[in-house]
Amino acid sequence: MTNTIPPDARRWHDMGGDPAGPVPQDQHDFSLWEKRVDALMVIGSSTGHFTVDGLRRVLEDMGPDAFDRLTYYERWIAAINQNLIESGVYTTHDLAVKMAQITARGDTYGTATTPPTTP
Amino acid sequence: MTRVRVHTYMPPGHVRTPAYLRGKTGVIERALGPFPNPETLAYGLPGARTDLYRVRFTMAEVWGDMAETPTDTLDAEIFGHWLERLD
Repeated sequence: MTNTIPPDARRWHDMGGDPAGPVPQDQHDFSLWEKRVDALMVIGSSTGHFTVDGLRRVLEDMGPDAFDRLTYYERWIAAINQNLIESGVYTTHDLAVKMAQITARGDTYGTATTPPTTP
Repeated sequence: MTRVRVHTYMPPGHVRTPAYLRGKTGVIERALGPFPNPETLAYGLPGARTDLYRVRFTMAEVWGDMAETPTDTLDAEIFGHWLERLD
């Protein structure tokens, strides 16, 4: 067995063989926005706007601290957003305008468990 | 069976060969056929159809003296451009 790979060249996410603790087995309910992120991933990849490979690339490029700062679906939406901008689905300006509209709906929207009733 | 060694390349971008297998020697268990190359798909580019192989390694080869059961094997699916043919 030979291993001539410089240890510092390995990328942070490529952690196979590293010491690790037990795998958490606990489950939790998903909030509405998390389900929507999941749906957006399916829609975006099935319509050809990005691939799962493109999502993985962005997640890897976030760096290890993203796993401390962000939750699972926060990392997903960041990766989906980056890919949708890159593929030209919307611009950063479009996103800014939409985010301002969503913010105006109020603080509880992001934690809602059911869709808002439409007037 | 055909023996191959996994290249020790360590580029900074998106690749699909885990670091713990780079530089290791295994045998081709089977050819899986061509698949679009995920290493270019990841950048929004077309994925050229690229030959993918299932490569079998012994635990002794992969983990050395740390292997708990040295004769157990590990299969990994690796694209041809990561493999160097040894015989």
